[in-house]
Amino acid sequence: MVNDPYQNRKFIIGGFMFLVVACYLVQLFLLQMVDSTYKDQADSNAFYKEISYPPRGVIKDRNGKAMAFNKDSYDIQITVRDAANMDTASFCKALGITREYFEQRMKQIRKIPGYSQYTPQTFMSQLSNEEFAPFQETMFRFKGISVRKRTLRDYSYPCGALLLGDIGEISRTQLDRRQKANDNYYQQGDFIGLSGLERTYENYLRGQKGVKIWLRDAHGRKKGRYEDGAKDVPFIAGQDITTTIDIDLQAYGEQLMANKVGSIVAIEPKTGEILAMVSAPTYDPTLLVGRKRSKEFMKLAKNPYKPLFDRTVQATYPPGSTFKPANTLALMQEGFVNANKSYICSHGFHAGRLTVGCHHSGGLDLISAIKLSCNAYFCYGFKDMIDNSRYGGADKAFEIWKKYMVSMGFGYKLGTDAPSEKRGYIPNAGVYNKIYGEHHWKATTIISDAIGQGEILTTPLQLANFAALLANRGYYYTPHLIKGIAGASIDTAFTTMHQTGISAKHFDPVIEGMEQVLQHGTAYWIRNDALGMCGKTGTAQNPHGKDHALFISFAPKNDPKIAICVVVENAGFGATWAAPIAALMTEKYLNGQIETPKRQYWESWLKETNLLPSLAPVVPSTKISK
Amino acid sequence: MSRKSNFFKSIDWWIIGLYLVLVICGWVCIYGASYNFEDTVFWDINYRYGKQLMWIGMALFIGGVILLLDGEIYSVFAYGFYAGFIVLLVLTIFLAPDIKGSHSWLVLGPVNLQPAEFAKTATCLALAKIMSSYGFDLLKWRSSSTLLAEAILLLPILLIILQNETGSALVYVALVIMFYREGMPGIFILAGLCCVIYFIVAIRFGAEPVTAATPDESFGIFLVLMIAIVVHFFLVLSYFGDTVYCRDLGIANVVMFGVGLLLYKQFNIPVNFTYLAYCSMGMSILYQVYRAVKSWKPQYLFVGAFLLLSTGFAHAADFAFNDVLLPHQRSRIAVTLGMLDDPKKSGYNVAQSKIAIGSGGFDGKGFLNGTQTKLKYVPEQDTDFIFCTVGEEHGFVGCSLVLLLYIALILRIINRAERQKLAFNRIYGYCVASIFFFHVAINVGMVIGLTPVIGIPLPFFSYGGSSLWGFTILLFIFLRLDAANDEYGLSGRR
Repeated sequence: MVNDPYQNRKFIIGGFMFLVVACYLVQLFLLQMVDSTYKDQADSNAFYKEISYPPRGVIKDRNGKAMAFNKDSYDIQITVRDAANMDTASFCKALGITREYFEQRMKQIRKIPGYSQYTPQTFMSQLSNEEFAPFQETMFRFKGISVRKRTLRDYSYPCGALLLGDIGEISRTQLDRRQKANDNYYQQGDFIGLSGLERTYENYLRGQKGVKIWLRDAHGRKKGRYEDGAKDVPFIAGQDITTTIDIDLQAYGEQLMANKVGSIVAIEPKTGEILAMVSAPTYDPTLLVGRKRSKEFMKLAKNPYKPLFDRTVQATYPPGSTFKPANTLALMQEGFVNANKSYICSHGFHAGRLTVGCHHSGGLDLISAIKLSCNAYFCYGFKDMIDNSRYGGADKAFEIWKKYMVSMGFGYKLGTDAPSEKRGYIPNAGVYNKIYGEHHWKATTIISDAIGQGEILTTPLQLANFAALLANRGYYYTPHLIKGIAGASIDTAFTTMHQTGISAKHFDPVIEGMEQVLQHGTAYWIRNDALGMCGKTGTAQNPHGKDHALFISFAPKNDPKIAICVVVENAGFGATWAAPIAALMTEKYLNGQIETPKRQYWESWLKETNLLPSLAPVVPSTKISK
Repeated sequence: MSRKSNFFKSIDWWIIGLYLVLVICGWVCIYGASYNFEDTVFWDINYRYGKQLMWIGMALFIGGVILLLDGEIYSVFAYGFYAGFIVLLVLTIFLAPDIKGSHSWLVLGPVNLQPAEFAKTATCLALAKIMSSYGFDLLKWRSSSTLLAEAILLLPILLIILQNETGSALVYVALVIMFYREGMPGIFILAGLCCVIYFIVAIRFGAEPVTAATPDESFGIFLVLMIAIVVHFFLVLSYFGDTVYCRDLGIANVVMFGVGLLLYKQFNIPVNFTYLAYCSMGMSILYQVYRAVKSWKPQYLFVGAFLLLSTGFAHAADFAFNDVLLPHQRSRIAVTLGMLDDPKKSGYNVAQSKIAIGSGGFDGKGFLNGTQTKLKYVPEQDTDFIFCTVGEEHGFVGCSLVLLLYIALILRIINRAERQKLAFNRIYGYCVASIFFFHVAINVGMVIGLTPVIGIPLPFFSYGGSSLWGFTILLFIFLRLDAANDEYGLSGRR
């Protein structure tokens, strides 16, 4: 020991050991103090979050009648591990499924990401009360089978399918998009509003999911409640919403539009509230609920009359003669036309070789021109404005004319709360410069625009909004479907008045003319002075079949309560088909019922008439209008 | 009577104190690891914590018996013990049932014993005996006693490998520390260390290129060459004190690599830096030959040999890893070196144990509140991965404390070993310290992801009678020897 030459090596050995321990302490410090990812991973490892689903908010009509509400539905769940010795044959029998379906479904379940044989997996989802009740009686016999309650939509009236919208499981792409926008509410398998109001007001209607936190082991087995349920969150039911729809009027409109292609939009002019929004053909909203949903959806998607296509906001038509009041108002505001201004109509408008035909002749003032829907009058007025030298060119004049159209809600999306709204189309001068070359076009080149044909396209909603601003003599509120949200206020965009910039005084002769339309004008035959209805017919020629019938109106004249646009595709003259529908809707809304036998006859006649076109593609045409 | 009072005085109570603290902490962790959220029975003898308490009681009994027995017997019967355990190890290979592929457990009625845990003690005693025998010189490698010492070491390793318990066999590598203390030349340690570092570096960076321009180069091999060049300067300095050599070649290397770097960085010329490293080595070897001839010191050629061997080893390691190792061994190494991220397969255990430890934070989730360990995410959580429970429930504070307890115990053993008058006692003491250190370093290192997964228990913490008794016997024999130290007036050998 005294002469041990290696004695000092104890320091090297001790130092080396200390160094190793120091390295370990550094690694522990990094793991436990610096890097927080391990903590998150530990949580997602150990917690099984059992979701409890809130009932969705109820959708009510303007009078508080429930349109869409909730009914219970049941998901049958299977815990594969516990169900290993289940009597499969009697299980299939109790559920009314085949053995093959069972095997196939089990195969699918095993492929679901996050599958565990220790936790409940959804075997069949969305069973209704009627489907579930017989199974419930025998359920106790099947070990490993459990039930999860959720709610499904149910409807008081078989109508309003498109405006209410439907609910379905969130798609992968939607989930990704929501997560990218930092919305982590949804998980695969959750329901979400896919269209209509369900989609627009999803965030109010959905409520807040509740969660029960369980501990689970490495196999996914539940191991008791985390902190005895202290961290659990109860669900919050969805908020009810009240719509502007009058469900009785909506139902009536859908009956009138039975077996027809087209749409009705009715608006309360003073508020912009949409009273009815009918797209025909339509379908029963209950078809898209529950287990039959995907099958029924495919059927609807394949239906050649496209019932899933919301014609009120997505279909665009040349407005035809219903557009004439808009043109007139612009001309009046710019000073080219007034109540006393007359033009000579000689069976139409003539400029060189160009002729826009008319069914009458002689001198007409403004009121008569509207009453008789004279093409010549509006073409001459339009020509006076566009070709007027004071603007310094047709393009500059047209831009001003366009500005008026846009101020009346045409050409762009109105910003309503029905999803997927289309913008329609009002061309600008640049478009014509491109087609004809700068300075190479004038009024006669684009004369069709004067009578709502040519390049102009509008949606029925825009036309109804136009009727509303006529009723209001110069302003409108963005048409909308929401009247109130429980515990929240509606978008201020819907309570902001939009002025058209056209003096109220110019409206009087136009409205006078529109009143006469229903007295001795183009729609004289539906005359009903008690309603005080003012309207304008329109017809757009359709090279593929019969013309599209259009009609806009509002009533009563002096205190307007309802403004309407009706479009019936392939029906012929606007006066024949669209006008009586508008008249009946107005009467129904104002009086609650249809009074005279004559009009009751129209009612049944309209309900029974089948105007469905043969299945050639429907393309609205341009040219001739009445 | 006086002998007895002396005896109690001469026992190292520090070691006993640290031992008891570690055993108690270990039991608390086993209690935590077997606690179940669903079934919150506080006490049940049939649970592992109950059984472990029995093992602890018996361990204390065994420790007491060892202290009371005469200290002479360990030295006298060292070979006898050794021979007995070799026979037992051989028998085990044939008698043990197959448990997860290993044949290392002897089933004796209700008790399972792992003889390998006890064979360590016997081997240490036998090694201490032969190395303390008169005239033993570690440096005389050809002598029969040195060869016998090697045989004593290798025989149990071989038998344990045959039982398919590679982890337990590796423990004997730890005895290198004892050999170093007893005079094994440092160059062996250096060589061993170089082998380990070369292997890790060559494999870890083997698939990466040195520069983007020369994708065929292996950064791993380049790095090994550079390390060898640096180490060879160190060798030349420490063995020959040749500053001229270091200055000349140092300048040459700086110029050469500097020019290479300049050409690559400034002129985008694809320089192969591995070739530059070979050039540098060639220069060194030529210079060494010149020196060897000029100053007539043929030892210079050993340094050249070191450079050549390093190069060869780098390539051999690369080859061994890619072509010799089995896929599961390769993936274990790859996961440990951070080359593979495979948390579901071979990396699962380590990934889960890191999650458990990492989620503990500064002071842990509290006793019995660890979710990862309770919910069985961590495998072997009360045996090899018991340290996870410490990490999750007691956090950084708990982990540091446990590690410091271990290092205190080990350093105390070294301290006591150094004051032994008998070489036998000292050698045995170093064996004990080496084995404890190896177990702690490898086990904790594996759990925190620094060393490969080798299934060896954490002393006093891991569940199991065999390992607890094995460590207790190992430690208490040293305590007994140490207590007798004062009885000797003179030292033995040396």
